[in-house]
Amino acid sequence: MLRIENLEKRYQTGDLALKGVDLEVPKGQVMALIGPSGAGKSTLIRCVNRLVQPTSGKVYLGDLELTHLGSRELRRARTRMGMIFQEYALVERLSVMENVLSGRLGYVGFWRSYFRKFPQADIDEAFNLLERVGLDHMADKRADELSGGQRQRVGICRALIQNPDLLLVDEPTASLDPKTSRQIMRLICELCDERQLAAIINIHDVLLAQMFSRRIVGLQLGSIVYDGPPEKLNPQVLTQIYGEEDWEATIEASKDVEDEEDVLEAAAALQVTRVNPPS
Amino acid sequence: MTKTPAIRRWKRPPFITNPTLRWGLWVGAAIYLAVAFGTMEIDWSRVFEGATRGQRFIASFFPPDFSSRWDSIQDGILESMWMTITSTVIGIILSVPVGLGAARNLSWRPVYLFCRGVLAVSRTFPEIILAIFFVKLFGFGPFAGFLALSVGTIGFYGKLLAEDIESMDPVPAEAIKSVGAGWLQWLNYSVQPQVMPRMIGLGIYRLDINFRESAVVGIVGGGGIGATLLTSFDRYEFDSAAAILLIIIAIVMALEYTSGYIREWVQ
Repeated sequence: MLRIENLEKRYQTGDLALKGVDLEVPKGQVMALIGPSGAGKSTLIRCVNRLVQPTSGKVYLGDLELTHLGSRELRRARTRMGMIFQEYALVERLSVMENVLSGRLGYVGFWRSYFRKFPQADIDEAFNLLERVGLDHMADKRADELSGGQRQRVGICRALIQNPDLLLVDEPTASLDPKTSRQIMRLICELCDERQLAAIINIHDVLLAQMFSRRIVGLQLGSIVYDGPPEKLNPQVLTQIYGEEDWEATIEASKDVEDEEDVLEAAAALQVTRVNPPS
Repeated sequence: MTKTPAIRRWKRPPFITNPTLRWGLWVGAAIYLAVAFGTMEIDWSRVFEGATRGQRFIASFFPPDFSSRWDSIQDGILESMWMTITSTVIGIILSVPVGLGAARNLSWRPVYLFCRGVLAVSRTFPEIILAIFFVKLFGFGPFAGFLALSVGTIGFYGKLLAEDIESMDPVPAEAIKSVGAGWLQWLNYSVQPQVMPRMIGLGIYRLDINFRESAVVGIVGGGGIGATLLTSFDRYEFDSAAAILLIIIAIVMALEYTSGYIREWVQ
């Protein structure tokens, strides 16, 4: 679904953020991208939808090469890539519904969007998605009235209503507490599974990455230094990605967590039913 | 023998580290102030002699006379209001494109410089200078006043709009860009909601300013209540002038109160 070839990004300051990255993400795969701050994780996913313009290299979404698209084609290509942000990136003074519907802006004309006259199909889909994440009763609340976890759910709805082929997820849990983090990660993974989406999830929490992803890519100073399953992450690999540290505890914890998974799953299911109000 | 630890003193480091420069600046400022006050000539005997005349002048304002010139006062007020509202609306409409162009995070470099230039020019001249200029261009009357206030509004509103856009949160704007929105949609969904509350407040504040300025502009021939005020001074009808001043004060206070109230409500 996504193929990146020899991607390079040099910022105007002269910093080389990406040093020839090659990466392929097939349809339906959720890939976790780990690495320390400044490794180039954000730059990498922003080069895909060209919020950052790559210096050289190629990015293919399906058969479409993205790095040379003109602005009109780029807009059309961006509708196929949903993005989820660290600080939720909702427009705080707009309502939850407007935030979700803004995901359809690439599909509707200016005046329709200006008067908030979206097609009924879009509105139906928005309600379906809000219901799926347990927020349909909040549709007319202003986004700044929501809690962090709720905002991130709205952010997920905005990305999914685009009906994308690919999700670009930038540190989705960095501003959330540990429990909400797990719920959000689980939700993203379930939705990717349901819709057979390819996804790149930037995440600095190694534990969460190991819990929710079957493929982990480690980025260090703009180069890929690890690409494999979560079980093969050993102290040597983590040291290579992050630097010298005692990694045994992290790896032990991740094993415990896997046993705990079922318990957590049940707890999360309970949580969702509680979030949904009886209608 | 026990060694007592040395006491470590701390003082906030001075803003200007060089002591000669620091004290030099203080002394220089003091000398300049002393000389400036010294050159100001106040002839206290003249002030004393004129005091009685001044008293008579002030006394002639009372009681304010609302009735004998009421028609022209009413015309002046209505003309001022017309000038205020039209110039605020037109000024704001024209300032939006200029403000968008003058926001560094939105605009293309040459457009940015051009729009900043427009704003700088219209902010250089106070409304009264603009009014003198437009009166010379278009003749006496409220049209010149309207133009002066409109240009003043563009400078004021455009600059504040540009600055508000420059300080907005870039992340939601990035998010709206990432869904494939067009430029106008992007403005409407990510920029406008962020700047709107403050801009509504500033628009009402500008309405308030424009009414006050409309009185000043009238004095140099730009029509409105200022013209009426000037006429009554010229005719030595100080009681009518007092009435006009009271009406201006009342309207400005009412506007200030409502604008404060509305701004609070919008936030």
